[in-house]
Amino acid sequence: MSNSFIDRIRLEPSRFALHLAVIIVVALWTLPTAGLLVSSLRDKNLIATSGWWTALTTTDRSGQGRTKDASAAVEQDGKFVITGNVFEGVEDATGNIKAFGTRVAKPDEFPAGATATYEDGRTLVVNGDGAYTYSSPVKFEEGRGQRVFYITSMPPKFTTENYSNVLFSEGIGRSFVNSLTVTIPATIIPILIAAFAAYALAWMKIPGRGFMIAVVVGLLVVPLQMSLIPLLKLYNATGFLSKTYLGIWLAHTGFGLPFAIYLLRSYIAGLPRDLIESAQVDGANDFKIFRRIILPLSFPALASFAIFQFLWVWNDLLVAIVFLGTEPDKTVLTYKLNSLLGSRGGNWEILTASAFITIIVPLLVFFSLQRYFVRGLLAGSVKGG
Amino acid sequence: MADIKLTNLNKSYGAVHILKDVNLDITSGEFVVFVGPSGCGKSTLLRSICGLESITSGTLEIDHAVVNEVPPSKRGIAMVFQSYALYPHMSVYENISFALENQGVPRDEIKARVGKVADMLQLTPYLTRLPKALSGGQRQRVAIGRAIVRGAKVFLFDEPLSNLDAALRVATRMEIAKLKRDMPQTTMIYVTHDQVEAMTLADRIVVLQAGRVEQVGTPMELYEKPGNVFVAGFIGSPKMNLITGAPAEKARCTTLGVRPEHLDISTKASAGSMAGTVEYTEVLGSDSFIYVATDHGLITARENGRTAVKTGDRVHLKPMEGQVHRFDDNGKRIEGK
Repeated sequence: MSNSFIDRIRLEPSRFALHLAVIIVVALWTLPTAGLLVSSLRDKNLIATSGWWTALTTTDRSGQGRTKDASAAVEQDGKFVITGNVFEGVEDATGNIKAFGTRVAKPDEFPAGATATYEDGRTLVVNGDGAYTYSSPVKFEEGRGQRVFYITSMPPKFTTENYSNVLFSEGIGRSFVNSLTVTIPATIIPILIAAFAAYALAWMKIPGRGFMIAVVVGLLVVPLQMSLIPLLKLYNATGFLSKTYLGIWLAHTGFGLPFAIYLLRSYIAGLPRDLIESAQVDGANDFKIFRRIILPLSFPALASFAIFQFLWVWNDLLVAIVFLGTEPDKTVLTYKLNSLLGSRGGNWEILTASAFITIIVPLLVFFSLQRYFVRGLLAGSVKGG
Repeated sequence: MADIKLTNLNKSYGAVHILKDVNLDITSGEFVVFVGPSGCGKSTLLRSICGLESITSGTLEIDHAVVNEVPPSKRGIAMVFQSYALYPHMSVYENISFALENQGVPRDEIKARVGKVADMLQLTPYLTRLPKALSGGQRQRVAIGRAIVRGAKVFLFDEPLSNLDAALRVATRMEIAKLKRDMPQTTMIYVTHDQVEAMTLADRIVVLQAGRVEQVGTPMELYEKPGNVFVAGFIGSPKMNLITGAPAEKARCTTLGVRPEHLDISTKASAGSMAGTVEYTEVLGSDSFIYVATDHGLITARENGRTAVKTGDRVHLKPMEGQVHRFDDNGKRIEGK
């Protein structure tokens, strides 16, 4: 069996190279996404200490605390004793103390529970839960407490807290809904228009058809930015379109239509002529041919375009800012994410969770439509598609 | 009940002249086959009759009404496409019923008519299947069923057997012949480049070349009295030997045509025989083809059963009495001796 495997590699070196390349590319694309997902589910302290690939192992973290000062000392059996917990007054303190030390250079000098003895006879015991006993044969001097250095070990901890946090208190939830409100109609409207146009441009004998196709192809290369200002002036002149969802739907529709018509027309023009002629002989009119023959058979192309358009609109920032504005109740995810980067740049747990919420919808759309997407991209190269 | 009459029918795509002054009378109930080499315009002619191609000039009449501008669905015709053109996303039932649905036929009647056609074509067990789950022969029957269910007066077939393998082709050919017997009133027009289909199915054959009708006649007329050199060479397999030069001059014509089966092979020379060397032989069991290199080119002869002649033999070929065809300078047939 291994022989035949080696033979196959030898026979098809190009295939082997192809598979290798695919594996590398897949790894390059998937790893960051996986990292993002894992990070977003980790405890915020853990994110700050170690990378996502260590998420399943226990993490060591060094920290320091201070004993209480001399006023807390109690005389016991001829000794002066201060008891307390090293975590007191330390923010974000979690985990168990594995080891502690008396010098900053050696925070792991003594294991938890062992007794550290200072040169002048003072002793310090720190237990795993952070409780310490600090005792001295003579009365403690006035001043601040003794510094204690320790190593805590943090067990793996996963939480959905980051998600509930960003969804409900950071305003991502609202933006998520806004993004969906923008994206879904802005995907469906151009498909509806483009499918009709594509059929007409592919199969109906209309004068000037070639010219119209040329215009559509020409519009493909017009940069979107060029039309922002004229369009905005037009919207402001009409009044009812500016800063509304209807306005941004129409804007995205306009920007998406040339590509939609181009893609769908190529696909629909590639459908077998016999089918359409057969339907004509069967007495179907153009509308019926479109509805009963073209539309069901073009589903792969429609799905391909739906994915493209959905991703564009979902990831769009510019058009959203220009046509929808930045009022808090209308901001889309991309804008929200951008502002979070500024205001919460250090809070990785918030950024990773927000980012994952942002990419989850495109991922779902892609995976649910991907089999059509692949077929759609192959359209035309394989007869009968 | 559907006579078809083509008068001076022309079809051009821009400067390209595809059909040139086609005149044809097809009477109701006839089975007419268009044959010709690739690119001769036979499919274009069929599509013009169907209405899928516009007619540049001339008239097309169905039942004495000019239908040049009538859309396909209103011409009372049905077409079976080369690719069958089954709707891939519809079940067999939906495929067959689509035309009736478009005509607004009531649901019950659609069901009854589809059921009847499915019965007739043994498609009843497959009505819920999609075309991709059918064999080539079954797809072919669905395509025919789609034509039958509409009750069309004229059936048009565009090379319907060319996608089938050899065995299925023979079987389907017989089914089409039977279909024609069962529907004697229906006019059928059939396009093919396969002369066996043409010879076996046709009441009349129309031989086309470069957009012109070369000859119209029954299969035997074309075989026995080809009107010109092209038809002589096109009908019959192996091809008729077309000899120019001395033997033709002796017969007072430009081209002398002799079918392979009308040549006597002998080892001795005789009056009017042509000498040559056997290049190779093909023995098919039922008959044998012998290719002989003569002074007048390679000549094919046919013998029944096996042949005693071997490659390299010196043989003499002599046309049988009264079995030669003579053609003049223009390639036209010269009647008489």
